[in-house]
Amino acid sequence: MLIEYVELPVDKWIEAAVNWLIANYRFVFQTIKVPIEITLNNIEAFLQWLPPFVVILVFAGLGFWAAGRRTGIFALLGLLAIGVMGVWEEAMITLSMVLSSVIFCTIVGIPVGIIGSQSDRFYTTIRPILDAMQSTPAFVYLVPVVMLFSIGTVAGVIATIVFSIPPVIRLTNLGIRQVHPELIEAGKAFGATRWQILRKIQIPNALTTIMAGLNQNIMLALAMVVIASLIGAGGLGLLVFEGVNSLKIGLAGVGGASIVLIAMVLDRVTQALGQIKKE
Amino acid sequence: MAEEEARLKVHNLYKIFGPEPERAFQYIEQGVRKDEIFEKTGLTIGVQNANFKVYPNEIFVVMGLSGSGKSTLVRMLNRLIEPTSGEVYVEDKDLCQMSYEDLVQLRRTKMSMVFQSFALMPHLTVEQNAAFGLEIAGHPEDKRLERAHKVLELVGLKANAKSYPQELSGGMQQRVGLARGLAGDPDIMLMDEAFSALDPLIRTEMQDELLKLQEEAPRTIVFISHDLDEAMRIGDRIAMMEGGRIVQIGTPEEILKYPADDYVAAFFRGVDPTHVFSAADIVRDNQITLVQHKGEGPRVALERLQSYDRDFAYVLDTKHRFQGVVSIESLRQIIEQNGDGPEALKQAFLPEVETVSMDTHLQEVLPVITKLGCPVPVVDEDGKYKGAISKNRFLKTLRRDESQSLEQKQQVEELENS
Ligand SMILES: Nc1ncnc2c1ncn2[C@@H]1O[C@H](COP(=O)(O)OP(=O)(O)OP(=O)(O)O)[C@@H](O)[C@H]1O
Ligand SMILES: [Mg+2]
Repeated sequence: MLIEYVELPVDKWIEAAVNWLIANYRFVFQTIKVPIEITLNNIEAFLQWLPPFVVILVFAGLGFWAAGRRTGIFALLGLLAIGVMGVWEEAMITLSMVLSSVIFCTIVGIPVGIIGSQSDRFYTTIRPILDAMQSTPAFVYLVPVVMLFSIGTVAGVIATIVFSIPPVIRLTNLGIRQVHPELIEAGKAFGATRWQILRKIQIPNALTTIMAGLNQNIMLALAMVVIASLIGAGGLGLLVFEGVNSLKIGLAGVGGASIVLIAMVLDRVTQALGQIKKE
Repeated sequence: MAEEEARLKVHNLYKIFGPEPERAFQYIEQGVRKDEIFEKTGLTIGVQNANFKVYPNEIFVVMGLSGSGKSTLVRMLNRLIEPTSGEVYVEDKDLCQMSYEDLVQLRRTKMSMVFQSFALMPHLTVEQNAAFGLEIAGHPEDKRLERAHKVLELVGLKANAKSYPQELSGGMQQRVGLARGLAGDPDIMLMDEAFSALDPLIRTEMQDELLKLQEEAPRTIVFISHDLDEAMRIGDRIAMMEGGRIVQIGTPEEILKYPADDYVAAFFRGVDPTHVFSAADIVRDNQITLVQHKGEGPRVALERLQSYDRDFAYVLDTKHRFQGVVSIESLRQIIEQNGDGPEALKQAFLPEVETVSMDTHLQEVLPVITKLGCPVPVVDEDGKYKGAISKNRFLKTLRRDESQSLEQKQQVEELENS
């Protein structure tokens, strides 16, 4: 069979490519790391500094304000449970990783999505990249990330950003493209420039969809933040990892339950925030 | 009107949809029809050789069936659709040659548009929507809201300024659309089937509203419609479109009376002629008239009626002004009472005879005809007798079409049976 005779050394190629990147562009990756590291450290320090009840009240208040009593109470009880289980510190590490990732995904993803919505050419170019970022198994990221950024929580955040940014770009692009053509026509008829149409019509009307993208982004980030514990990232993921490794089922269970609770609280609250704009 | 400077001039305007639109021109020259050109080239003729002028402060209605190119035409007037060839002049400047910056400026200051689907911004309040054009043009917020409130008041929506469009009914939403169109005080307002999405009652209300606005602060309006009644009601002139061509332009009366072809005529078959025709259109001067001064008494009058075999005579004064109607019956009665001379003739006048003026719509003539036993006398503005409209003549006009309101049908039936 042909397949047995022809053997492409793809594995070697990838290795060579990554090595080449490290050899020649290490400074680029180290530079990328800097702002992420600063953001992460500040957020984490801040969250750890805040008394837990303040954090709990802020989330409960947000939920209450955006979605009503039920979500408010849910946030209150959910976060309270995390504190009671004694994993508050780990939870805040995880939360700060998620927040850092979301901040960078927003800063990068929304503009990229906007550009994509304005240029078919640009979007068809980045689409396969987005597909690859989303469908590559999470573990596969970890190796090149470690090689380029070494291990630790910052590297974990970077892997998280790469993994969770596609929905932000996709849904920003989609939301803007979905704005009714009549609205755009109306804008043109009243003399709006392309920039004005984007700013005053397309983006405001795409906001709900963009928020849905951010919501997905947060959920994906949470999932990845756990996996990132494999490359030395701390937080609840590490708790689960340790628990599983040393067969401490209880520890792993507490970590897992806390992650689910954080995910649910963040999901409800951000979804409600997205809906507010609509009304 | 013709001497007046046109506000908008359209010259040899074409829109052909599809790649390499030039390919269609040779077929158009040969007179090949729209659907055949599509078969041959895959190109769709949107608008073909449109030529017209729109004068200041008139409502110019463009009418035609679905797909006849109305929307395409109106969107070329502000270049939302790029014409394939031809010229659109606004104040002697050709829109099609304008730079993008000039075009934007023109849209901001000289032209506005009202849409069938309203196209209001769902994320903006009513007042912000009304001020939208001003915001785009860069006016400061207090100025534009002040102006928005003014136009919202004009359309009767001041109380809803802080609502969102989704909270309003269709009719109210389109009032916001209208307010937005008026806010920039444009010379020309383009309205693409602006009232078509509204239900009939609201539609009529909006038409009246538009006419009222025109009376208070007239501006030039190009109004697209597929509704003939609407076109008749609000149009100063109507352009009829068929398959991308303008087949006729004229006042509603002109088009109704002299349709250019079967297409136009077919369009009008459904129209209620009583809305369009006035007494002047069907009046006939074939009644017997008597002039009072000659000493013609009842006897002479009776004599003439009998010799012509008529029932009624119309009495005029020396200046041809209408005085009254006499009938064989009324004359006989007076003669029996021994009356004679012009004074006696006056006594023979039928009671409660009403006249109608030349510009009275047939709609309003109908009740008079029903009430009077004789043909309705028609007078001009000086009271001069112009002729009369008989029941038969009226019915003949009506029968041109079948679409009358129920109420009218009943009236007509009564008329036929009486
Ligand atoms: N973007 C386009 N691409 C191709 N063909 C088009 C396009 N827009 C319109 N047409 C065609 O041009 C013709 C005129 O369309 P237009 O929308 O102007 O008609 P209309 O008179 O406004 O009809 P309606 O009453 O349905 O709104 C139609 O045959 C239509 O299919
Ligand atoms: Mg149309």
